[in-house]
Amino acid sequence: MTVTAAHGGVRVVSVDHAASAAGIAPGLTLAESHALCPGLTTAEADPAADRKALNTLADWCGRYTPWTAVDESGGWAGSLGGGAGLWLNISGCAHLFGGEAALLEDLIERLRRFGLAATAAVADTPGSAWAVARFSAETAEIVPPGQQKTALAPLPIAGLRVPPPVIEGLGQVGLRRIGDLLEMPREPLTARFGALLLSRLDQALGRKDEPLSPRLPVPAMAARLAFAEPIARAEDIAGATRHLLVDLCARLTAARQGGRRLELALYRSDGSVARIAIGTSRPARDPDHLMRLFRDKLDGVDAGFGIEIAVLAATVVAPVAPIQMALGADRAARSESLSRLIDRLGNRLKPANVTRLVECASHQPERSQRSVTALADPPASAPSPATADERSRQSRPLSLLPVPEPIEVIAPVPDGPPVLFRRGRRPYRVAMAEGPERIGPEWWLENDGHDPERQSRIRDYYRIEDSDGRRFWVYREGLYRPGVPPRWYLHGLFA
Amino acid sequence: MGLDVEHNMNIEPYRDTAAMPSANDFHRPDPAIMADLYVKIQRIVRHDRGSDTPLPAVSLGLDAIDDTLPWGGLPRGALHEVIAADISAAAAGFCAMLLARLAGSDGTVAWCRQGRSPVLYGPGLAAMGLDTRRLIVVRPWRDVDLLWTMEEGLRSGALAAVLGETATMQSVALRRLQLAAESNGTAAVLLRPAGVQPTSTPAVTRWRIGAAPAASALHAGDGCRVRPRWTVELLRCRTGMAGFGAPPRCAEHGGFFASRATSWILEWRDETGGFAVAPELRHRSPAPAAAAATAT
Repeated sequence: MTVTAAHGGVRVVSVDHAASAAGIAPGLTLAESHALCPGLTTAEADPAADRKALNTLADWCGRYTPWTAVDESGGWAGSLGGGAGLWLNISGCAHLFGGEAALLEDLIERLRRFGLAATAAVADTPGSAWAVARFSAETAEIVPPGQQKTALAPLPIAGLRVPPPVIEGLGQVGLRRIGDLLEMPREPLTARFGALLLSRLDQALGRKDEPLSPRLPVPAMAARLAFAEPIARAEDIAGATRHLLVDLCARLTAARQGGRRLELALYRSDGSVARIAIGTSRPARDPDHLMRLFRDKLDGVDAGFGIEIAVLAATVVAPVAPIQMALGADRAARSESLSRLIDRLGNRLKPANVTRLVECASHQPERSQRSVTALADPPASAPSPATADERSRQSRPLSLLPVPEPIEVIAPVPDGPPVLFRRGRRPYRVAMAEGPERIGPEWWLENDGHDPERQSRIRDYYRIEDSDGRRFWVYREGLYRPGVPPRWYLHGLFA
Repeated sequence: MGLDVEHNMNIEPYRDTAAMPSANDFHRPDPAIMADLYVKIQRIVRHDRGSDTPLPAVSLGLDAIDDTLPWGGLPRGALHEVIAADISAAAAGFCAMLLARLAGSDGTVAWCRQGRSPVLYGPGLAAMGLDTRRLIVVRPWRDVDLLWTMEEGLRSGALAAVLGETATMQSVALRRLQLAAESNGTAAVLLRPAGVQPTSTPAVTRWRIGAAPAASALHAGDGCRVRPRWTVELLRCRTGMAGFGAPPRCAEHGGFFASRATSWILEWRDETGGFAVAPELRHRSPAPAAAAATAT
């Protein structure tokens, strides 16, 4: 039983079966519940940890179906129908476990082994499954197709997921079971108790759609492998991965699709899930190539007490452009092997470390280029470097310091080129200087377009060459102001 | 050229080309026999599939340098080492020029930079002729990753050249790179920062590049642009390597390998958009080893 401080006293938040049997219900004060049952074990409620545990459990349920979600019915729902809940959409999945009944039995048995008491129900609609799971006398119940009305009729109105005031109000007029509502005229009910009540009833009966969102995106395509015994050896896991890849790639080929992002979920026997994701620079469906990408990452997997189920999902897919084999096959093959190389590099070194330099339309040197991961779609080949004509390119350095480095400079005022500069403690005598080239801040990109300080961010760039022929790109920040020593920075190195 | 991805992952001593007998063990051998033997040995050593065609080479666009190299240019399928003579970006610029030449019109090149060194700047690379759309910049953080990245790039066959910037690299790693470069005809370029002690290397060529003071001290206000200059030294040129089927040019000097140091001063020419040998300073060769080699 967990408690929390609320409404001017310590109150019960949730109870287990034994406490419930003793008559303790959420909402009682701690003193009242101690009076009902002296030997009570209590703990402080921790909603954040509960939420996290529930998310973990939802992920674990991915062994049954890729579509899982945590029940979001709100705080009051838990106080009515018992503990927290999970949604599982098992359409098309039950046969893997030998039918719906076997799946439910397996689920409840495994949860019991984790120390969790659970009830479950399978129904055509989420609403009726919710009501039956929480208010039916059975631990596991299957509502036969189309039989929602019969199954719901004897259950209390709380099974419709409506707020407590509505339930109380209906109770006052003698409506306590869902069956009582079925025969009632709709308009007065809506007028008195709000639209939610009938909307929930319709959803439970399947007259109205109830959209729910899965916790994790449901993959476009997935392959699944369950092992008779948990596997733990690295070779076995690699073998299973390959098996899944062959399976998935065959289906991708049939659908004329390729995977851009693949995720391997390994369900360990202790209920935790290890996930490995790989990305590709273009849609791929070659098992050998994808296996190479996985192999680097499989080494880091901790199998724990063994892996029971492996699910390989293509979370992002894209159509594969057919390759013309005859003309330009050589070129196509090379670009194919380039994208494979990028995939391998990106998956080992992290995508952010494998980049292309993309030109941007900006006068600010540091903004005129961006590093874009090469795993992303290549930039459109059209944008020719129109911004940089041959002459201005010549005046740009080969490498740019990520952050301009402050230097000490001796230069004639007000705006003469440097004569000598110090980088750290080392002096450099300037033999030649070209400039200044003035680059102003991009006021049109800034919110405070009328910033009076803007003039102090104007840069006057000089290309300078020291007595040994080394060439640097330095700038003076701001306009000359008498009495204020100008600030100089080193920004780049010329070839 | 065939792909051979797995077979020479382990380097065995007999593949070590440097361990081959030196010229001093022979008494003036008949060049024809030697050339024949040489080709045979190369085939055995490299599991050659009998292609006797010389390695394709790429012109550097400078006749003075191309003529010095026995391949008539910079050979692909080999390891080249570029050492920076100072802290300027001259060596990086030379590498950018090499990569631009190696990439040609539709090749792609990779540039591996470690750590937090200054970022490569697209417009500056473009000035050296390297189109940034043909460039992939890789940042491997550890030394092992750098070697792995370079080998993957070289063996993939997808790239025209792979460049790695590193101060430290074991000689075993260098040999691996040389073999990987040979396996696929992809050029490997190693850029080493200033202050690195040159060690023995399996690299086919080794260069030292530094900045040089421009010819005249003119202020830009005078309407004349400064012509940047580089010192380019070819410290080492190992001839007859890597499938160069014809008898090596230096056989007439009585050996398989010749080291010659030759240096040039290059000057940027705005009118051609490239470098040219600064005329008044041609063949300024400070190294004593150059005396024998400049007999041509």
